[in-house]
Amino acid sequence: MGTQAGTSPARLKVENTMGLSRKDMLGIRDLSREEIDLILDTAESFKEISNRTIKKVPTLRGKTVITLFFEASTRTRASFEIAAKRLSADTINISASTSSVVKGETLIDTARTLEAMNPDIIVIRHSAAGSAHILAGLLKQSIINAGDGAHEHPTQALLDMLTIREKKGSIEGLKIAIVGDIAHSRVARSNIYGLIKMGAAVVICGPAMMIPRGIERMGVTVCHTMKDALRDADVVMMLRMQFERQEKNLFPSLREYAQNFSLNRDSIKSAKDDVIVMHPGPINRGVEITSEIADGPSSVILEQVTNGVAVRMALLYLLSGGAK
Amino acid sequence: MKRKKVVMDAEGIERSLTRIAHEILERNRGTDNLIIIGVRKGGVSLAERLREKMSAIEGAEVMLGMLDITLYRDDVLSTERRPEIEKTYIPFPLDHKRVVLVDDVLFTGRTIRAAMDALMDFGRPAVIQLAVLIDRGHRELPIRADFIGETLPSSLWENISVNLTDTRSADEVVIEEG
Repeated sequence: MGTQAGTSPARLKVENTMGLSRKDMLGIRDLSREEIDLILDTAESFKEISNRTIKKVPTLRGKTVITLFFEASTRTRASFEIAAKRLSADTINISASTSSVVKGETLIDTARTLEAMNPDIIVIRHSAAGSAHILAGLLKQSIINAGDGAHEHPTQALLDMLTIREKKGSIEGLKIAIVGDIAHSRVARSNIYGLIKMGAAVVICGPAMMIPRGIERMGVTVCHTMKDALRDADVVMMLRMQFERQEKNLFPSLREYAQNFSLNRDSIKSAKDDVIVMHPGPINRGVEITSEIADGPSSVILEQVTNGVAVRMALLYLLSGGAK
Repeated sequence: MKRKKVVMDAEGIERSLTRIAHEILERNRGTDNLIIIGVRKGGVSLAERLREKMSAIEGAEVMLGMLDITLYRDDVLSTERRPEIEKTYIPFPLDHKRVVLVDDVLFTGRTIRAAMDALMDFGRPAVIQLAVLIDRGHRELPIRADFIGETLPSSLWENISVNLTDTRSADEVVIEEG
């Protein structure tokens, strides 16, 4: 028999009385623990659809989802598009190159134009922090933030939390290390908000220049060596070195970075034996993680991608229809 | 909501299910290619009990699945909050299979319409039959059950609930005034 969704009294109460009553999905910071649980439970039920002979349900027939990407993306955009299509929504993808965009004004113009075409949900990625919030305030459509600058990337954090929950049963009480360029990482920020809310102990690690000052206020512990950060870790989340976001080189050389902060067969030894290794992709092989580890038995990197589709299906479903 | 009356007790439910199990086996000539699929939520435990009875009668395993039809409902987007989605579990292709859908109460027929649409996404069954514990009438679609525990004419403002318990001793079907 398939595993049935657990029904703790706390969760039942939420499902019966609260639901996800918000128009937009802008960041993990605004979400309650109950809302995160609801999204993850829904995503878990949606996973099965992708294994059917006919990988499509009719739920969002006649709805239109626009993905509006001002930054390069392969997996996030494809994941949203696949998620929307598996729910029978129509999808339109719009790419805009950042170079031709004057921040703010053009974004608003674009948004107004799209609104006139009457879509139901707009998924936006933009290099400016707060861009999804601007659209959400301006438009009646549901807005999903697919990454706004170095601010938040909520669907990535949700798919990460789904993966952790599946592998470890629960997020509560786990020790989770996030390693890399924390300062430039919206993935790290969204995950820190989410994982702390869900009761994990979060340790962050990276070169001093890449750790924002005062980040301890978010509830994390800062370590400056891999050995300290990974000690007894249940989960290690490696971040992509984001060369495109760094204005100047923040470290002397890639080689030196890799020597100190790469996840490899030696550095992983301080973690627990059953540690899972995560990475939001795309991977810089040999920089933040070796191929041996990325492709090894502890890696759940491809499961993260699979879960991404389920989490995005859940969000599109939960944000659709009804009285707004 | 005020309780009105018990229309079926534990023994009555048990007898009905035993008869339905025999009828399903008779109609399908045994358990070959037979799959029992419970419609969430009310149909799942009934499907489990029918499967148990059929296995005991025939001495053969009967495949069991469960189906959440929410995503196929014709009113799924019309409420303010989205209904909760539970897991669908049909880990086998339905091509050429004899599928018996099981639900607790047959009412408007809309749930069964949704369920049949969902089943077609898992393959092309040879036949789909419908077993329900209670048929309360008021159909809004041209749908009927093949196996019925009891037909209970009801008024639209009444609520019929099938309450099954783990121990089975307190099982009952009650009609409540809305």
